[in-house]
This record gives sequence, structure tokens and C-alpha cells, in this order.
Amino acid sequence: MTDAAELRRRTQELLAAHQPGATDRLDFLKARFDAGLAWVHYPEGLGGLGAPRTLQAVVDAELEAADAPDNDPRRIGIGLGMAAPTILKYGTEEQKQRFLRPLWTGEEVWCQLFSEPGAGSDLAALGTRAVREGDEWVVNGQKVWTSSAHLARWAILIARTDPDVPKHAGITYFLCDMTDPGVEVRPLRQVTGEAEFNEVFLTDVRIPDTRRLGEVGDGWRVAQTTLNNERVAIGGMRIPREGGMIGPVSKTWRERPELRTHDLHQRLLTLWVEAEVARLTGERLRQQMAVGQPGPEGAGMKLAFARLNQEISGLEVELLGEEGLLYEDWTMRRPELVDFTGRDAGYRYLRSKGNSIEGGTSEVLLNIVAERVLGLPSEPRTDKDVAWKDLAR
Amino acid sequence: MTDLLYSEEEEALRAALRDLLADHCDAAGVITRVETDTPHDRALWKALADGMGLAGLLVPESQGGQGATHREVAVVLEELGRAVAPVPYLTSAVVATEALLACESEEAAGLLTALASGRTIGALAIALNVAPRAAHKAVRHEDGALHGELTGIADAAAADVLLVPADDGALYAVDADAVTVTTQVSLDLTRPVATVTFDGAPARRLGDAEPAVRRALRAGAGLLASEQLGVADWCLTETVRYLKERKQFNRPVGGFQALKHRLAQLWLEVVNTRAAARNAADALATESTDADVAVAVAQAYAAPVAVHTAEEALQLHAGIGMTWEHPVHLYLKRAKADSIAYGTAGRHREALAELVDLQAP
Repeated sequence: MTDAAELRRRTQELLAAHQPGATDRLDFLKARFDAGLAWVHYPEGLGGLGAPRTLQAVVDAELEAADAPDNDPRRIGIGLGMAAPTILKYGTEEQKQRFLRPLWTGEEVWCQLFSEPGAGSDLAALGTRAVREGDEWVVNGQKVWTSSAHLARWAILIARTDPDVPKHAGITYFLCDMTDPGVEVRPLRQVTGEAEFNEVFLTDVRIPDTRRLGEVGDGWRVAQTTLNNERVAIGGMRIPREGGMIGPVSKTWRERPELRTHDLHQRLLTLWVEAEVARLTGERLRQQMAVGQPGPEGAGMKLAFARLNQEISGLEVELLGEEGLLYEDWTMRRPELVDFTGRDAGYRYLRSKGNSIEGGTSEVLLNIVAERVLGLPSEPRTDKDVAWKDLAR
Repeated sequence: MTDLLYSEEEEALRAALRDLLADHCDAAGVITRVETDTPHDRALWKALADGMGLAGLLVPESQGGQGATHREVAVVLEELGRAVAPVPYLTSAVVATEALLACESEEAAGLLTALASGRTIGALAIALNVAPRAAHKAVRHEDGALHGELTGIADAAAADVLLVPADDGALYAVDADAVTVTTQVSLDLTRPVATVTFDGAPARRLGDAEPAVRRALRAGAGLLASEQLGVADWCLTETVRYLKERKQFNRPVGGFQALKHRLAQLWLEVVNTRAAARNAADALATESTDADVAVAVAQAYAAPVAVHTAEEALQLHAGIGMTWEHPVHLYLKRAKADSIAYGTAGRHREALAELVDLQAP
């Protein structure tokens, strides 16, 4: 069993052999992966040591103290958070060996080709078709809301391979090469003026069967692993008081007494309390996970933060008065990251509107809480036993 | 960092107490009892105090108590809240006890031991709605006796001894049989308030009133959040249970999305309240420098949640929820009275404005 002391020793060995200041960033990351210190809970040979997930913090702390280069986890979040756990669980040995190392080092960025214009919350209704031709699949369709598609080398893709069975049964999961002919990425400009997302058009894209993940027709189950991991990521980080969006507005309140009104004061205090309580709930969840007893609180964290971000940023625009009439820049840009605290209030107000939509709308998440946590009956289903091709669209 | 979880010992305490309350504090019994002249449940109090030693949790072992902390007391209050138990636990074992812990006299030490055993019940003679650090009334002290009248004193009818602030800045102990206690008609039948009239009542000096009152009300407010958590938790659990069974339009009512979303929202609020209440309990237990903020945050958040959850529980039980026989009204009355007790949410937000430097215009 690998314990904290052992991990500390191995980390120091890595640092001694590849001194951070004198080693190329990518070389260091590769060495770290090969030493099993990338994600310690992964198996040996795949960047890990089969150690408890909670011990990752030990390695991270040692590396941070040594000022070692990191793999920019925010930029490659989709790969780390969604593609990797799914490949680990359902991939062939060959797929794991091929994809996990460059994914973790950030050499290869990943994106997620799930949502479609006609299949958002009802994701399983998707219509992108994959038809088998010998050892290949020919894919046609359109995906949407694809973060990082313009940067990505690889995509996780779900497509319909059997339209004659009910919708959940006819889906298959693929790993799609974004440089293949027939993959076209178009920026999708948003309310903020920026194009953080893309539309992706797939026209006769040929994917070898060796890049199928899981069995034919089992794609919905494979996708559940991806989606569950998408939601797990939220709430696990320790943040200080005023660490979120409430920070900038509190700072403005303190520094600009001329902007204060009684109405805004009441609302600010209410939101300050709610933000602090949401932070405590996140901390409680983190403490539960640390002792190996994850609670269902995570299901609610995204809901809470979406609402708070929207209300707080909305309040901040009002607080700014005349400045609230302005906007920093409407130029169409293509940011690599979403910045929730470093930007102007107007940007945050507009961008936070997406917080209650992306990664599951608040309405769908409330259903999930009601059904999976509280055990309330599910909605009546009219699509359950109907072949996908016979569903009304 | 604050420990926001429950320890194994705390969970064991909860389980034992929940069993006891299931046997000795059923809702129908509480409804019957609060309609009588003796709304407090003496037998239950004896079981809590003698049987489980819970009255002395906050009192050091050297003074006859259990030497436990606010964390364990918070668990007790969660369970008493879930049962809307008509016992003077918060008022005697928490608020009066905390006041005595701040006094250094022998008189206070003796009384503390008596309260810890549970055989004596104490009540701080300050109106229940007074917030920590807010102004409160005092009676006139003259030649070792007290004169005047105080109103809104919670659980005074059950108390054997009253801890009374006087106009000379001291806190005094007065035996209940030396004063006139007149029960007021109370919104919360399970925690009735009373008027106490002092007509030359003999008084024993305990210590300075100001630090004792400040400490007592702060602990009361902070731990009240755990009671509010218990109230909200019961309301949510019962409502979910009922809506899974109750059918209308040939479906369980709990399957309608409009109601599911409301219940999921309540669940979120309860989950948040648990974190806020644990944070306050832990901050009080560890005498954290952050305790004032933790208490104000907990009250500002938990009070409206308990009221909201009870109001939703009544609405979602619909017709039956509006009856006297269904216990949801006990919870609504407790939640609403609790939202005033030891300062409203608004008072606590005002306190926060000072504490975290978000000043008013």
C-alpha cells in the first residue's frame, strides 16, 4: 500500500532527477506521469500508483512547494475531468496506453461532442448518425456548445448507431480525431460577445472501429461515467471566505462608499450570508470526501453557485451605477478559459447566465435531486419503449 | 479549519436520543400536553437529565457536568427540534448555563452544579427576542431584593430559578417561588413565554450581568441554528414521505415536477443549514475568534430556512396540514417563534455588517 510518506519520497526523487528550474516543462510532466505521480489513484503504468485518491494532495503540495511546472488543469479540464475517467473505465489497454499520457501532459487537448441543437437536456435523443462500413464508422451530424473544439486534438463523441431501438439503447461512444477530414469547427458567439464555445459539423467523418469506447449500443452507459465525473468536479476545492464572486462586490462596497444605498446593503448582506453558507457546504462536502464518505450535497452545489453567481453579479452591475452602463469590450474573441472573478461586472453578469444551463440546466438538476436524493417518483415517460426513429421530432 | 462533520460519538448520541424521543415524545402526545396547564414534559426532562446526563453537557466534570462541548449540545438540539420537544433544554441547559459559566461567584458555581444535574431548571430573565449585544430590560435592585416586571421570558413557567439582570449591572439568582410567573398566551405552545413580576424578591448576586448575558445570548443564538435544522429536517422528511404516498390525478403527488422542484430547493436549504449550524457549534466549542461571525451567519441563514420549510410543509400537506391534529402546526409555530428568538435574521445581518466590514450607507 502506498502511503503519504512513500508518495513524499517518490515526489522528492522525481524533483531530484528533474530539477524544475533546469528541466523543460513538458519533459518534467512526462517524467511525473511515468513516475506514477500524475493522478496517484490511477493504475501503475498509466500515470498512477493505485493509491487512495485523497493522497494526491500530498504530491501536489510537495510539487507546489518546489515550484514545479503544472499541466494547466483548467485548460485541459475536459480531458482530465471527463475523457480520462471514461477511457480508464471502458478503454482497451491499447487505448489507455495511447491516450492517457498526452492527455494528462496537455500535449493533446480534448473536447466533448455530446450536445446537439435538438438534444440538450434530453441528451439521449441525439441524432448524429454513425454507420458501420467494414472496420470504420461513417459519422454525420451536428454538435453544439463545444468548449475548446478549436484547440482540441481529440473529442469524446456519442452517436446513434441503431435508430430502430429505444433512444438510450442505440447509442455508441467514440474517440474522434478532430483533425480528420469532415470535421468542421465554427465559433459560436455568445451573449458576452465572445466565442468560448463552438458548433461542430461532422460530414462523412471516418472513425476506425478501434476508436470505439465500450460496446456497440452501450454508449449511453459509457456516457454516464463521463457525465457523473463532470458534476463530481464541482465543490471539491477549498475556497476562503469571499473567495467567489462575492469577493469583488464586497471590495467595491468597502472602497466606494458613495455607491452605497440601503436597498443594495440589505441585498448584499443577504447574498454575503448565502455565499458564506454555500462555501461552508462545499467545505463540509470536501471534509466528507476526505474521510471517504461522500454525501449527496455535491448534487446541490452547482445549483447554489449558479444562482448565487447570477444574483451577485447582477447586484454588482447595479451597485456600479453609471459604470454599470458600460461594458469592457464587445470584440468577438476566443478565450481559452472562462474567468469568473478577474473580469468586469458586466461580463460576469452575462457569463453567469450560462451557469444555470451548462453541465445540466438547473431544472434538470432539481429533478435529479428530487428523484435520486429524495426518492420522489420520476416523470411519466412517453419515450421509453419507442424506437428512436419513431419519436416525434 | 472548522470541523463540520459529526463524530462517531455524536452520531451515537443522536441515535440514543432519537430512540428515546420516539418512545417518549410522540407528536400526538405533545399536542395534548401543550393544551394543558403544564405544557412542559417533566418526565421527558427527567429522562434527558437523569437518564442521559444531557443537562450538564456544557458544565465541566469538576462541577458535576459532562465536560462536553457545544458540538454535542448542537446534536441534542437537532433531535429536540425534530421532535418539537416541550422541554426547557435550550433555555436552561444552554442559555442559563452559559450565563452561569461566565460568573465567578460561589453562588454561581453552586447553581451551575444544580442545573447540570437537571434537578433544578434555570431561565435567563431576558425576553426571548433579544439579540446578542442588543439592549435588554433590567429590574430595580434595592437592599438585596428585586422590584419590577419582565416579559417574554421563555420557559419561565418551568424554571426553579431565574437569572435576572438588575439596574446595578449585576446578575442575580431569584427563586421562582419568590416571584409571580404569569404565562402569556404564546405563539409557540412548546416553548411558552411568561411575565415575571418581582415584588421585593430576595436576590443572590451571581456576578456582572454584561459578560454573562453576552455569552449566554451568543451561545443561544448559535445553537438555536441546530434546533432550526432539526425542525427543517423533520418538515422536509415528513413532507417527502407524505407526497410519495398521497395520490391525486391517479399519481403520487410527489411525482409532479412543480412540487419536486420545491422539495429539492428545500433540501438544498437544509443541507446548507447543516453546514452553517455545524460551523457555529464548532466555532463556539473551540472558542474561535470567528465565533461571532459564525453565529451571525448561522442565524441569518437558518431562521428563514426553518420558517420556509415549515410553511412549505404545511402547504404541501394541503388540507390535512391546516388541521390541529396534524403536528405540522407545532413545527410552524416553533419555526416562526425561533425566527425571532435571540435576534431576527435581519438583526444578525446588521451584526455581520459590522463584523465583516460591509457598512451601511
